[in-house]
Amino acid sequence: MTLSPTALRQGARKTIMFVIAFGLVAGAWEGYKAIGPERSSKVFGWKIIPSASDQAMPHIGSMFSRLAKPEVRGNGTTIFHAVALATWYSFRVALFALVLGVIVGLLLGVVMARFRITERALMPYLIVSQTIPLIALAPVLVSWSGRLKPFGFQFEKWMTAAMLGSFLAFFPIAVASVRGLKAVKPESLELLDSCAASWWQGLIKVRLPSSVPMLLPALKLSAANAVIGVLVSEISIGLKFGIGRLILSYSQDGSSDPAKVYTAIFGAAVLGLVMAGLVVVIERTLTRNRPKETAR
Amino acid sequence: MTAVEIRSLSKIFNADGANRVEALVDVNLDVAAGEFISLIGPSGCGKSTLLRLVGDLLTPTSGELTVNGKSAHQARMDQDYGMAFQQAGLFEWRNVQKNIELPLELKGWDKSKRAARAQEMLELVKLPEFARHMPWQLSGGMQQRIAIARALAAHPRLLLMDEPFGALDEMTREHMQDELLRICAETATTVVFVTHSIPEAVYLSDRVVVMSPRPGRITKIVETGLGKVRNEETRRSDTFHHRVIDVREALRGLHDDDARLIGREDR
Ligand SMILES: Nc1ncnc2c1ncn2[C@@H]1O[C@H](COP(=O)(O)OP(=O)(O)OP(=O)(O)O)[C@@H](O)[C@H]1O
Ligand SMILES: [Mg+2]
Repeated sequence: MTLSPTALRQGARKTIMFVIAFGLVAGAWEGYKAIGPERSSKVFGWKIIPSASDQAMPHIGSMFSRLAKPEVRGNGTTIFHAVALATWYSFRVALFALVLGVIVGLLLGVVMARFRITERALMPYLIVSQTIPLIALAPVLVSWSGRLKPFGFQFEKWMTAAMLGSFLAFFPIAVASVRGLKAVKPESLELLDSCAASWWQGLIKVRLPSSVPMLLPALKLSAANAVIGVLVSEISIGLKFGIGRLILSYSQDGSSDPAKVYTAIFGAAVLGLVMAGLVVVIERTLTRNRPKETAR
Repeated sequence: MTAVEIRSLSKIFNADGANRVEALVDVNLDVAAGEFISLIGPSGCGKSTLLRLVGDLLTPTSGELTVNGKSAHQARMDQDYGMAFQQAGLFEWRNVQKNIELPLELKGWDKSKRAARAQEMLELVKLPEFARHMPWQLSGGMQQRIAIARALAAHPRLLLMDEPFGALDEMTREHMQDELLRICAETATTVVFVTHSIPEAVYLSDRVVVMSPRPGRITKIVETGLGKVRNEETRRSDTFHHRVIDVREALRGLHDDDARLIGREDR
């Protein structure tokens, strides 16, 4: 990809907008701290005015300075190091979850687009599958992957987390691909028919490429779902090393070290941003040659 | 040898529904190999339907249809057809060259052979420097020429064209007419060509098939007798003018409204 002046200008504008947005949130946070009450109070019996104490809302500055200090007193490695490692670990699991989810979603989409009856049979189950809470599913999958050893293959815990992530990630892709694969223009289908193209050739040469504009927004959703799925399942299956687990364990130090948990939350935010950036790169690559209307 | 043999062919859409349409009733037509046939008639008389039946994109309600001595389905499976329609229908994710190569890819040609043929076709439609352009960077008429290049690329035995020159300007249109005739003569291609333009039908065809609607049927077949060589002379010749008048009168014999519609579209 070559960067044209307009692309650079757009990139600069996006960066500035991002900094401004961050500044606004930080400003609101610090602003509330300046005027908010020291203790939370009730309105009509509901506790809705949060406390602005350093205990409940640490200063933004102390969150960042916390990054540079050791994780636990006396230990050499900084929190920054620990958070970066955990984020990197979770990123790889989430990426695996996304890839798995996209593959499964596309396969389901292709099958459902090919055989109408499978769409009617499968779709209700797919929708129901998304209403099952991940927390409920996690223990089941953990016990299965502990017992099942296909061809002597031993599931590891991170794979279980990735599978749970893909369980959320596949759905948008499956839905978008059925629609996209079936929304081919009739004249395109006539052209394929006139050349006696097989269904498979039509899929590869026409149906898949023509559904790219529908798949890209779904990919964004899937990437976000994969991250959420992996973080939640890290916590619920007790997978060490990941950023989800780190959030949980840091929050337990909340009373003595309130800024600590926010460093882990930064890590999770960066993870989300990197995933979103990856999707943008994929999007740019796939829509490079498309008319500007669909490339947006 | 006959390329297309049509015997009492009928096509009824929604046979038992409320929107029953007798698109074609009892159509009989033989097209000789290498012959150029035009279908002309008012809107809704079943020209596109007949073309799609021949191309096995629709199945007839009743009647017989053979193409190159086999069923239309077999002919399609043998990739005997090239088709071009009124909408160019190019694939927006493929560049111009890749669009032209699509039928060749489906036939399993290798890469260098495909590229060579695509370049040849691009020169034919006078757009040789546009191989790497994307379809949306071309004007409507240019897109249409690419679609025609795609239909011709594999040198099909039977070419089915549905108003392919509708979007072209007059000069390009005449150029494409001459090129189409040249290619078809060189490759002994049989053509069934749908058009709304009487002079175009006469100039291109060995025979002009005049159709009428409700129910769709063939009302007259006008033999042009212009010979194998067509050029500027042909367009000015008396025979040409007489045949144009013959076709116009055959169309006038139809419903008055329909005839006026045709008159407006002819140039
Ligand atoms: N898929 C379809 N379902 C139902 N009716 C159809 C279908 N296709 C065509 N028809 C009907 O068949 C008749 C003939 O249509 P056809 O498209 O063949 O006309 P045409 O001669 O090509 O017209 P035009 O010059 O406007 O292209 C019309 O009355 C049309 O409504
Ligand atoms: Mg038509």
